[in-house]
Amino acid sequence: MEARSLELRGGRSLLERSPLSGIGDKILRWVLTALAAGILALIAFFFIRLYVEAKPAFDRFGIFGFTFDNNWDVSRQIFGALPLVVGTLITSAVALLIGVPVAVGTALYVTEFAPRPIRAVLSFTIELLAAFPSVVLGLWGVYVLIPKLKPAEQWFSDTFSFLPFVGGPVAGPNYFIGGLLLAIMLIPIVTAISREVISTVPAEHKEAALALGATRWEMIKMAVLPYSRAGITGAAMLGLGRAIGETIAVTLVIGNAPQIGKQLFDQGYTLAAVIANEFGEAASDPVHRAALIAAGLVLFVLTLAVNAIARLLVNRGVHGRRATKEAAPA
Amino acid sequence: MTAMPVVSARRRRSDLVARGLLATAAIVALIPLVLVLFYLVKKGAGALSGTFFSSDPTGAFLGNQGGVKSAILGTIELVALATAIAVPLGVGVALYLTEYGRDKPFAKVVRYFVDVMTGVPSIVFGLFIYITLVLTGVSGTGFAGWKGSVALALLMLPVVTRASEVVLLLVPESLREAALALGAPRWRVVARVVLPTALPGIVTGTLLAVARAAGETAPLLFTSAIVNGTNFNLNERTNSLPIQIFNDITQPNNQLVERAWGAALTLVLMILLLTLVARLVSRRSRLT
Amino acid sequence: MTYERAKDAEQEAGTVPTPFPRSQQPRTESSATRTSAYGAARPSGTLARNVSVRGLNAWYGDNHAVKNLNFEIEPNKATALIGPSGSGKSTVIRCINRMHEEIPGARADGEVLLDEVNVYDPKIDVVAIRRLVGMVFQKPNPFPTMSIFDNVAAGLRLTGTKGVGLRERVEKSLRAAGLWEEVKDRLKEPGISLSGGQQQRLCIARTIAIEPEVILMDEPASALDPLSTLRIEELVDELKARYTIVIVTHNMQQAARVADSTAFLLDGELIEHAPTEKMFTNPDDERTERYVTGKFG
Repeated sequence: MEARSLELRGGRSLLERSPLSGIGDKILRWVLTALAAGILALIAFFFIRLYVEAKPAFDRFGIFGFTFDNNWDVSRQIFGALPLVVGTLITSAVALLIGVPVAVGTALYVTEFAPRPIRAVLSFTIELLAAFPSVVLGLWGVYVLIPKLKPAEQWFSDTFSFLPFVGGPVAGPNYFIGGLLLAIMLIPIVTAISREVISTVPAEHKEAALALGATRWEMIKMAVLPYSRAGITGAAMLGLGRAIGETIAVTLVIGNAPQIGKQLFDQGYTLAAVIANEFGEAASDPVHRAALIAAGLVLFVLTLAVNAIARLLVNRGVHGRRATKEAAPA
Repeated sequence: MTAMPVVSARRRRSDLVARGLLATAAIVALIPLVLVLFYLVKKGAGALSGTFFSSDPTGAFLGNQGGVKSAILGTIELVALATAIAVPLGVGVALYLTEYGRDKPFAKVVRYFVDVMTGVPSIVFGLFIYITLVLTGVSGTGFAGWKGSVALALLMLPVVTRASEVVLLLVPESLREAALALGAPRWRVVARVVLPTALPGIVTGTLLAVARAAGETAPLLFTSAIVNGTNFNLNERTNSLPIQIFNDITQPNNQLVERAWGAALTLVLMILLLTLVARLVSRRSRLT
Repeated sequence: MTYERAKDAEQEAGTVPTPFPRSQQPRTESSATRTSAYGAARPSGTLARNVSVRGLNAWYGDNHAVKNLNFEIEPNKATALIGPSGSGKSTVIRCINRMHEEIPGARADGEVLLDEVNVYDPKIDVVAIRRLVGMVFQKPNPFPTMSIFDNVAAGLRLTGTKGVGLRERVEKSLRAAGLWEEVKDRLKEPGISLSGGQQQRLCIARTIAIEPEVILMDEPASALDPLSTLRIEELVDELKARYTIVIVTHNMQQAARVADSTAFLLDGELIEHAPTEKMFTNPDDERTERYVTGKFG
């Protein structure tokens, strides 16, 4: 620090400094603010560029035509993305149905039931799942899951063929395996956030339930789950956002067939997978390329919407509850 | 003589069943972890060898396929460049938010959009860069390593910013005030007091972002693309582990599939190492 | 004479495990033995139990918070526990309904007898004890996601009470807690929409709905304004006709107003236990005297 005799006694302000450091401050402030503004500009810019590049496809097929027509035919240059959208929805739904109960159950177990010494170890280990990159899970999916699950899938398909969307020959790569991999990928996220939400339940509500003579599970039903509902839903939606955008693992195991499959174990396609898969051949075909970019735009908008809602719910779940439960003044 | 109320068997049973189910959920969550690691080691360990690490992929149709040297080096290069871009920018934005922006409306918007960025699928980032840098042929080339790095940097940016902001907020206000009261200009306080205190937390956040970026395939598909030879010229196509693995998986060639497993094992080990180091660093932080 | 708890709807009579062979008679809700919700076929005509604390020790980790406590609490009376902060008064009552052990690292041993049943007997189900011993907490804590009605019904629903019977008992509890007139038209509103004092009375209604025999109150009025405090104290006075009440308070005037007998704790030990009047006018122990005259604490 410079050896200035700058003792601050009543009235003497920090503004009385050498001009040089004043400039230093101004530069820092300016640079950092510009940076922050730059980020915003960047996002806006990319959004615009994406739209511009995708426009040819929207012009040709209309925004709704593109998104909801059921015909993705590369050879005839017709691009209706419904099979992609449906495929994205199916795999995400499977992922949520499998992944969320497992994740929330794990979160409840770790926070409420696990013996203290194993709590930290357990939660750390579950987070390790997040360390597997998408391509590694895809590799494992292709060479381990698909062959090993096929007999079981066929059995399920035969035994439960009375259910809608079940029954018929089982394809190797299919919606279900895609959903399963997505479930594995969303478990660490949903568990971590659910754990955070559940641990913010105030002890006083749990004690009130216990004091009424509730068993531990009854206490959870009475005091923990209702309180955490919003936050856990938000966690699930964040998982959903992740599932929607996941590309590599899905494209490796879903079969990349531009059709709406008839049953759970059929091949399919998703918005993200189509981009990864067809980009090579689309490089020289402007219409095809525009269609893929349009798919990317639809994907972008979808994830934005889901994540925005998710964040709202999680914030309300973790912070908002404290505000609502304070009593009106007596 | 008085009697005791008791808990009905039905309720006791529900409690036990619930406990069982929840414990099962935890076990189910762990099963994929175990299985993936098991197969990685089982199928990948055999591929690891001297040649694996020291030779480039040959790209030949038949015969010797070579190792993954260029992929490993490529990943290191691409991620290093991405880190060099993302960290100054990310920490800079975080500094803006904690030192100047605070609760101002503009800062809230920035914070919100940084959060938005964490939810963007990585393939969309790849598309952004493809449109703006590759198609337009910036710096005279189509696909280039550095363009892949930019895509990765976009991915890392929100992670670094968020982690840094959290840590910077933990630096006690009293520390800043003490330094300011001694007459130090703000930029000095930031450089000499705030950043050093927050450093371990920032390093942790960075390492976690690096671990994430190292495993990403999608953003690189149409930015840095794939190539066989090692190169140190990031202005050309550059290989990387995830891309190499992705490429090898679908080839009908056993050697390649085995190489893919070996490469996958290597990649996972790298990422695990980074994650562990990140945790150790965060333990040594005085703030977290 | 066997005591029949004819109110609870625990119908699985044949399969219910009981710790005491005597009470193996099936519990039926025949109208012959059933009386009003608050009466029972008990000789003394009330629900209340005698509470005996024998050799109670409690720890938070290594901190020995309650040291070898022995005392008796009479039924149908209000007993106050007074003492400076940290003297262990809250810990003591939390041991009576075994809530103490819910805190990580906390443990207790000794005996707490409800009539002749030892709460700490390993054969006894903790959950069952808590139905006998109700608790009202310092900060009113109605369940935030439940309506006023659901809050009071919460404990009753655990044992399967439903329908008309449920509605009747909720109304009875709210009347007994002095809250019925104020909320009867808004039972569906959230419990937390009430004022602080009303919330505490709601918590009391919730507790008495399950018809415990002992009610523990941990500084029930300390978070409330003076008018609400007075109402709570009036309530305690009414409730002791039916229950055994143990109330922890740091407010000596409150103890003087409300309690029949008072126990003074210091540093985890019971210094003195006497009828309230004696405690405040002519205590035996010098330390008691110093505390009640305000010389410390």
